[in-house]
Amino acid sequence: MPGARKRALGTPALGSGLALGYLSIIVLVPLAAVAAKAADGGWHHFWQVAWNPESRAALELTFELAGGVVAINAVTGTALAWTLVRDEFPGKRFVNTLIDLPFALPTIVAGLTLLALYGPTGGIGVDVAYTRWGVLMALLFVTLPFVVRTVQPVLIELDRDMEEAAASLGAGRFTVFRRIVFPHLLPALLSGVTLAFARAIGEFGAVILIAGNLPFKTEVASLYVFEHINSDDPTGASALAMLMLVISFGLLLAVGALRRWATRHDR
Amino acid sequence: MAIEARNVTKRFGDFLALDDVSISVESGSLTGLLGPSGSGKSTLLRVIAGLETPDTGEVFISGKEATAVAPQKRGVGFVFQHYAPFTHMTVWDNIAFGLSIRRRPKEEIHARVTELLELVQLNGLGKRYPSQLSGGQRQRMALARALAAEPELLLLDEPFGALDARVRKELREWLLRLHDEMHVTTIFVTHDQEEALEVADNVVVMNAGRVEQVAPPRELYDHPANPFVMSFVGPVNRLGEAWVRPHDIEITHEPNGVAQEAQVERIVRLGFEVRVDLVRDDGERLHVQLTRNEAEVLELAPSDIVYVRTRVERTFSENGEPTRPAPSSVS
Ligand SMILES: Nc1ncnc2c1ncn2[C@@H]1O[C@H](COP(=O)(O)OP(=O)(O)O)[C@@H](O)[C@H]1O
Repeated sequence: MPGARKRALGTPALGSGLALGYLSIIVLVPLAAVAAKAADGGWHHFWQVAWNPESRAALELTFELAGGVVAINAVTGTALAWTLVRDEFPGKRFVNTLIDLPFALPTIVAGLTLLALYGPTGGIGVDVAYTRWGVLMALLFVTLPFVVRTVQPVLIELDRDMEEAAASLGAGRFTVFRRIVFPHLLPALLSGVTLAFARAIGEFGAVILIAGNLPFKTEVASLYVFEHINSDDPTGASALAMLMLVISFGLLLAVGALRRWATRHDR
Repeated sequence: MAIEARNVTKRFGDFLALDDVSISVESGSLTGLLGPSGSGKSTLLRVIAGLETPDTGEVFISGKEATAVAPQKRGVGFVFQHYAPFTHMTVWDNIAFGLSIRRRPKEEIHARVTELLELVQLNGLGKRYPSQLSGGQRQRMALARALAAEPELLLLDEPFGALDARVRKELREWLLRLHDEMHVTTIFVTHDQEEALEVADNVVVMNAGRVEQVAPPRELYDHPANPFVMSFVGPVNRLGEAWVRPHDIEITHEPNGVAQEAQVERIVRLGFEVRVDLVRDDGERLHVQLTRNEAEVLELAPSDIVYVRTRVERTFSENGEPTRPAPSSVS
């Protein structure tokens, strides 16, 4: 009986209740608190504090940088995963371990290191401290593992026969990648870049030192929020946070839809 | 398209998968590569397809040296053992793949895919994904996909290996018909001697990376080149130095002077065929194959005492060469 079987594999009501309750306590309640804080002075006031030239600049910069992080990670992350799975080279295990390092380091330490290396006293001739490039470097550093670690297992599992079949049907290497490999990587790639995107939007520790916090120049949303809390404007900080939340949530929904489309053949 | 492999050797690490293999396949023929598992059949097929590069030796396609030609440039249709369907594409897109990457006009692709779906009896299933097909249907889809770009050479790796017996038989007959209609040079791999004998018009018997014999099925069966072929192609009794097919043993109730005494141990009736296991008075075991009529006339029952005589037996010299068969000898 397919019906009975389905029920047996589903989650019992108690389990899903617990899961949703947990989610509420951990995520929804704090979010609601942020929303309440932002709405302190009413709708009109909310717009005033959320939407001013400085906050707009911060939001724009944040999403631009996050977009750049997504684009760069999509390419380099896939290339790194590919190399780690398909190529043999000395020190491969070492490199594989290296990938996770940005996760293991406290982000403020990462920021400090990057500042020391790429700053005015860095000694390698690159000075990107207090510039948008510096912020981008910091974000790329902390988001490196996401795409690699989501794409890598899919690549390992991928049936090589499919690629050989495509080749025997006349497909060159690039066509094989585009028509066979890439569609299979796409769902994992989307997960990876989504995580990287989320991290890039929210990152604070790694950027605070290298950004130097120059409004309109290197002030990203997280720094804006930090500054406004420091200067005793929690409503302004929450208002911007709310705006970020709404935009991010919309983007995540869109990625979800794309993912469902990319995995349509699995259902 | 005629195919020739000359002195092909292929190693995987220390393992010698192909050991100086030479075969020649005529244009338009249906050739079976037969051998036990691990004998190098698939490796040879993959070398011909360009999916594997031989360590030494050459491959000629239509008389031209093609050893280093990339697989996508060989004009070969390859059907994988597990079909290798493009799981993210519909059946239609799978079959159209070879044509769409060649940028053929839309109408042509449409017409060709429709025709192929018909040919492999998958009409109406074009919109499905491979995961929604049965094993036999997936197999036929893989065949249609391989045939789409009209290859001059069709290579099939254990094409019926993963299917149940009835579907296997159907597909075998279907492949034979297809080959009769299309005359595309076909090479298929199998470990099943019955399949090779039934389908192929020429069989290459392989063992441990070497070619043991190349011959049409009938000749393979009647004139095996060595003990390996004798024992691999068809059932066989080994009597001292001699080899005897189970249907080359005659059972009688009378000694007739030349026959030897034996006791019936077991009788198995398989429709038209009856298999009788006997133990000779010198302790040798014999498997005998009778037709149902022969068995009925004899009225055999377990533990009956009968007399056996071999009609044809074969012997091979030290180096494996066949020595002249001695018909009607006493063993
Ligand atoms: N890519 C490979 N790497 C290592 N060993 C392989 C590889 N391909 C095949 N072999 C080995 O070569 C031998 C012959 O394989 P194969 O040609 O598939 O035999 P068959 O098709 O007759 O079963 C097997 O023992 C197999 O393990």
